[in-house]
Amino acid sequence: MTQFSLNGHTTSVDAPPMTRLIDVLREQLRLTGTKEGCGEGECGACTVLIDGLPVNACMIPVVQAEGTQILTVEGLAEDERLHPIQTAFINYGAAQCGICTPGFVVAAKALLDAQPNPSRTEVREALAGNLCRCTGYQKIIDAVVEALGGQP
Amino acid sequence: MVKPNLLKDIINIWGCTGLSGIDSTEYGFRIGALSTWTEVRQATALPPALIECAATVGAQQIQNRGTVGGNIVNGSPAGDSLPMWLVLDAEFEVASTRGVRRIPASEFWTGYRKNAMVDDELLVAVHIQPKSTDILHYRKVGTRMAQSISKVVLGARLRIADGRPIEARFAMGSIAATPVRLPTVEAAVLAGEGADAATHMAQDITPLDDIRSTSGYRLNVATRVVRSFLEQYLGA
Ligand SMILES: Cc1cc2nc3c(=O)[nH]c(=O)nc-3n(C[C@H](O)[C@H](O)[C@H](O)COP(=O)(O)OP(=O)(O)OC[C@H]3O[C@@H](n4cnc5c(N)ncnc54)[C@H](O)[C@@H]3O)c2cc1C
Ligand code: FES
Ligand code: FES
Repeated sequence: MTQFSLNGHTTSVDAPPMTRLIDVLREQLRLTGTKEGCGEGECGACTVLIDGLPVNACMIPVVQAEGTQILTVEGLAEDERLHPIQTAFINYGAAQCGICTPGFVVAAKALLDAQPNPSRTEVREALAGNLCRCTGYQKIIDAVVEALGGQP
Repeated sequence: MVKPNLLKDIINIWGCTGLSGIDSTEYGFRIGALSTWTEVRQATALPPALIECAATVGAQQIQNRGTVGGNIVNGSPAGDSLPMWLVLDAEFEVASTRGVRRIPASEFWTGYRKNAMVDDELLVAVHIQPKSTDILHYRKVGTRMAQSISKVVLGARLRIADGRPIEARFAMGSIAATPVRLPTVEAAVLAGEGADAATHMAQDITPLDDIRSTSGYRLNVATRVVRSFLEQYLGA
């Protein structure tokens, strides 16, 4: 058994130790907000926060989740109230197919927690591990800069 | 390579406290093998060039998880930190039930992704003794800023006294099966050739030709990154 806190709730899973965290989240816990793009650490679609730090869930064996606090995109909204980053994505039209969106939103959340009012350059660096093949990035960066308190 | 049995052949070392932490020692620094690149970036006492190197490994999701020890033991010729350990004359502390020993970086990478550790040894820490008087330099050339595999990666260290270079170390990655030192270029720098020392590059490296870059491109870029570093500190 592996035990961790998931979006604030104590969660136990029974999975072989090398099972990828993304599979545990999606297949066992049915939290399908976390997406799989590449499955090899390149695209960031599977970004979740472990103890506040953005990591790729496709690269983490579940055994290493023991005792940690995990935040997935499902943990951002409070009931029906979207997180400001999510609202900004809608307002700026920062999603097209949407596969990359949860990863971007979660990576942006980590930046917000670490550093309120980041510059555009800092936003770009913080999102450099997330790939989007639809939007061309500008609207994503604009949305995140605005949501984090800057001038897009 | 034999495929590992995921239930029997793998030991989880993540979170093993004896392998973590970045500490000042009497002579320099001990960097625990499990230090992540994010932790290296945050260790502001370390030489800036090493922090710069950490900042170029993948993107933040990789830096939050990838470790110094994994980069070293994995030993990919494109491992961005490897040239830095060579020019810093780093020592790798490895341990097994037989005890602890230190392997100098210059003897560590023995072939394509092969190293001098025995199967049951674990890399515990990296020891470096940087001198504040030395110029330490890192330069990575890839296809884009983040998440790109190096085409050429350079580590360099220069000690200048009375306006003359008295010690020169250059090491490059991504151009051969292991990271390599540049002995001819180093000797030319010490002989007073200045930035022109870079023109001896072809005597020291025969770059790989692969899907990422041609050999000629790599040789050209390797020469230019060394030349521009030397111009900066020794004049054109
Ligand atoms: C998307 C992506 C981008 C990347 N970008 C870069 C980059 O820009 N530059 C770069 O250099 N690398 C890059 N990497 C490669 C990798 O992330 C780094 O090399 C990282 O530092 C490896 O550390 P790790 O802890 O993940 O090692 P692992 O992959 O966990 O381990 C590598 C090997 O070393 C062994 N090992 C690990 N630690 C020890 C130890 N303490 N003692 C003995 N054996 C050990 C493991 O058993 C394994 O065989 C990238 C990887 C991905 C997926
Ligand atoms: S699916 Fe994990 S990084 Fe692409
Ligand atoms: S919206 Fe389609 S990949 Fe980003």
